[in-house]
Amino acid sequence: MAANWDEIKEGTELPVLKKNCSTQQLVQWAAGSGDFYQIHYDKDFAIGTGLPGLIVHGALKNAFLGQLIHDWAGNTARLKSYGCSYRGMDYPNEDILCKGVVTRKYEEGGEKLADLEVWTENPKGQKTTPGTATVRFK
Amino acid sequence: MTQTGAQPLITDEMRAEIGKESAPWTCEVDKTAIRMFARSVGHTDPVFYDEAAAKAAGYRSLPCPPGYLGTPVFHPSTSDSTFGGRRGAGPGPQPSRPLKRVLNGGTEIEYFDDICAGDVLTATSHLAALEERTGSIGDMLISTNKTVYKNQQGKVVAISTGTGIRY
Repeated sequence: MAANWDEIKEGTELPVLKKNCSTQQLVQWAAGSGDFYQIHYDKDFAIGTGLPGLIVHGALKNAFLGQLIHDWAGNTARLKSYGCSYRGMDYPNEDILCKGVVTRKYEEGGEKLADLEVWTENPKGQKTTPGTATVRFK
Repeated sequence: MTQTGAQPLITDEMRAEIGKESAPWTCEVDKTAIRMFARSVGHTDPVFYDEAAAKAAGYRSLPCPPGYLGTPVFHPSTSDSTFGGRRGAGPGPQPSRPLKRVLNGGTEIEYFDDICAGDVLTATSHLAALEERTGSIGDMLISTNKTVYKNQQGKVVAISTGTGIRY
C-alpha cells in the first residue's frame, strides 16, 4: 500500500528495500543506462585500475533509492525533487539496504509535501549514498 | 581558498564559460528503454512495463522511473563509446594548475511534470558555477552543471544539477 499523506509524520520510516547486485544485474544496468564502463563487469579491468574488484555503479544506487521512494509513495504521489551523492563504493554480492525517513511534512503553495532523507547502507552500516527528496502527495 | 602561495585554479577564461548554453540535443523517451531501465533496477511496479497499468494509474504512457533522465540516446558520431553520453566539443579552458582526478559529486533533479514514453525532450546544459576549495584531498575544483529538459510542448519538465570535483 502506498503511503497516505494523512498517516505519515516526521520520523515515519520507509519500508527497507534490500538489494544485492549480481554481476548479471550490473550488466543489465550497463545496458539499461548506457554506461558500459568496464570497472562494473570486467574484474581484470577493475583490478587493473587499482580497485579491489568490481564495483556497483553509483547511478544504479541512485535508481535504487528512486525505487525505494516510488514503492513507498505510490502512483498518486509525485517525486518533486531528488538528489544523492556518492560517498562510498558498494560491491556485487553484498547487501545494499535502501532506507529512508520523513524529515518534514508541510503544505506549501497548495501542495502537500514531505521531505525525506534517504540513503544506501553497506554491510558495515556505513551510508554510502546519502540523499534527500521531496514528494508531493495528492 | 587555495594552498598558501598558490595561484587560483580558476582562470578568467574558465569564468567566461559560466552560463553559456550548449547546443540543444534531443532525448526521445520510449517504452523499450523504460522497460530495460526498470528491469535493470529491479522495479516491480507494472506501471513501468504495461501501458494499460500505467494509464490506469493516471499516466499518459509508461512513466520515466526515477534516475532515467540522462539515459543517453546513442549515436555513433556524437556519443562516447563507453559511457554513451554526448562527447564534449573539447575539454574547454583548463585550470591554472593541472588536476588529474575526477569525482562525481552527485546529481539532483527537480521535476515539474510527468515524463512518459512518447515524449520528445529537448535538453540544453550550461556550466552554472565554479568554486575552489582545499580539503583533505588537496585543492579541489568544484563545477556545477545544469541541464534543462523541455518537452514537446516547450514546457520545462525537469532541471538536473550535477556536481563534478577535480583534484
